[in-house]
Amino acid sequence: MKLRQFFLAALCCALLPAQTPDPDAMKAAIQAAQSAGDNAWMLVSAALVLMMTGPGLALFYGGLVRRKNVLNIMVQSFAMQAVITVLWAVIGYSLAFGEACPYMGGFQYIFLNGVGTAPNGDYAATIPQLTFMVYQMMFAIITPALITGAYAERVKFTAMLLFSVLWTLIVYIPLAHMIWGKGGLLNAYLGGKIPVFDFAGGTVVHISSGVSALVCALYLGKRVGYPDQTRPHSLVLCFIGACMLWVGWFGFNAGSALAASGLASSAFVNTHLASATGAIGWAVAEWYRNGRPSVLGIVSGSVAGLATITQSSGFVQPQAAMLIGLTAGIVCYYMVAKVKDKFGYDDSLDAFGVHGVGGTMGCLFTGVFATNKINDALKVNGVPAPLGWVDGNSGQIFNQAIGAAIGIGLAIVGTYLILKLCDILVGLRVEQHQEISGLDVSLHGEEGYNLES
Amino acid sequence: MKKIEAIIQPFKLEEVKEALKAIGVDGMTVTEVRGHGRQKGHKEVYRGREYQVDLLPKVKLELVVSDGRKDEVVKAVVQSARTGKIGDGKIFIYNVEESIRIRNDERGDSAL
Repeated sequence: MKLRQFFLAALCCALLPAQTPDPDAMKAAIQAAQSAGDNAWMLVSAALVLMMTGPGLALFYGGLVRRKNVLNIMVQSFAMQAVITVLWAVIGYSLAFGEACPYMGGFQYIFLNGVGTAPNGDYAATIPQLTFMVYQMMFAIITPALITGAYAERVKFTAMLLFSVLWTLIVYIPLAHMIWGKGGLLNAYLGGKIPVFDFAGGTVVHISSGVSALVCALYLGKRVGYPDQTRPHSLVLCFIGACMLWVGWFGFNAGSALAASGLASSAFVNTHLASATGAIGWAVAEWYRNGRPSVLGIVSGSVAGLATITQSSGFVQPQAAMLIGLTAGIVCYYMVAKVKDKFGYDDSLDAFGVHGVGGTMGCLFTGVFATNKINDALKVNGVPAPLGWVDGNSGQIFNQAIGAAIGIGLAIVGTYLILKLCDILVGLRVEQHQEISGLDVSLHGEEGYNLES
Repeated sequence: MKKIEAIIQPFKLEEVKEALKAIGVDGMTVTEVRGHGRQKGHKEVYRGREYQVDLLPKVKLELVVSDGRKDEVVKAVVQSARTGKIGDGKIFIYNVEESIRIRNDERGDSAL
């Protein structure tokens, strides 16, 4: 027994440093551990956001089209994963997050020049700038992919590619820079003139894509056979896609804390609550109107709740998040089921009704419910500044409205001009006979379901 | 020889097959088809938009039997396929000129 104690003591002496630990070294070790934790969470978040596009959105949209177009709509999302990735690495990241003027970034990060493992303190001080860059890349990928729902089943593949690249450059990047970029016009934290709170991209992603989707639907006109012959072909695919969107959205919103922090937990919980109440809201509205709750309605409600909470996910209390989600479910149901029919536009997969409407509501809700009890990053003279109306800063609703208006305006004008240009250069719509035989066969020479083979 | 063509509810196929087996009918051809009679389909609602689905999935059963067995077979199909509700389907009976077993060129009733 004595011998064993002696050996243990000797072992401890050999392993532990003889002197008391140096406080600086300790601090550095803690920082390194925090940085490693933050980086791990942010890399996972980036992967989750990519999962929203590849399988998530592709399945959600894929199930809503007719089966002759299932491959075409899915590959549109996948094409964004390839094309926007390259665009973002070559110039997109630099123009969005470089520094130049209030409306657009500069060229200092072109070809990812200077983007390495060292953090960029302006945006996220504890993670490599490479992580921040790739996380933002996933947002740039999903945003034009959301728009594909509006021109589904009738757009040329070339036109879709050209449109998406130009749209990312002309609409997405300026908006991302204005709201999130250093020195951006609407950046509440880094020297913007009009402070707009957009935690995870309610304006940058959902208003921009949703409003652009409406412009696309109006410009392109209706599908052949709309509305009587456009029944979704597989709600099973749609359902799986919606489930993946829900999970992926944790990366989208909670990841926007840019750290594995308490704020990330707050955004995570808000996201989950709003998705749940969104599903309930839509289902109840539909139950009331039609006498039964539909599966597509329930999952669409969850997506509406998620899109609407995005902007405020890191600013509001959980109770507000539940209210925001519930409102989103009900309002988006009426937009999609009633208002769309009244105006007669063919927003094929309801990108506007869900993302445009939800995003705009979410932007204004942020002005109402944002509170420094949840997010105290904005400080005036070292004290957390009041954020939204609940903090006594009612003027923030006005700021948020300006942000939404700039997003809507840029989306309308930019999208219209890009569509016009694409129409002249390559033509937007496929030939009618191609549309009737389906884009899978006519554009890709394949079929989604070869049940005889 | 008579050809009996029965269009029935898909979920009734197993029962009909059992009933036919019980009276010793050996061969049949089954096809998944879509159609409607007086049942006239149903409505589906996707995101508030109503779609009238006219053509419903049905199963078409075709069998050829000797003249003498016709009534017995029809009775078996009718009894086993009936639910008493609209949409149960229909039976059509045709005269068959000839039947030929491809394997050995046998003809007539013995080829059935």
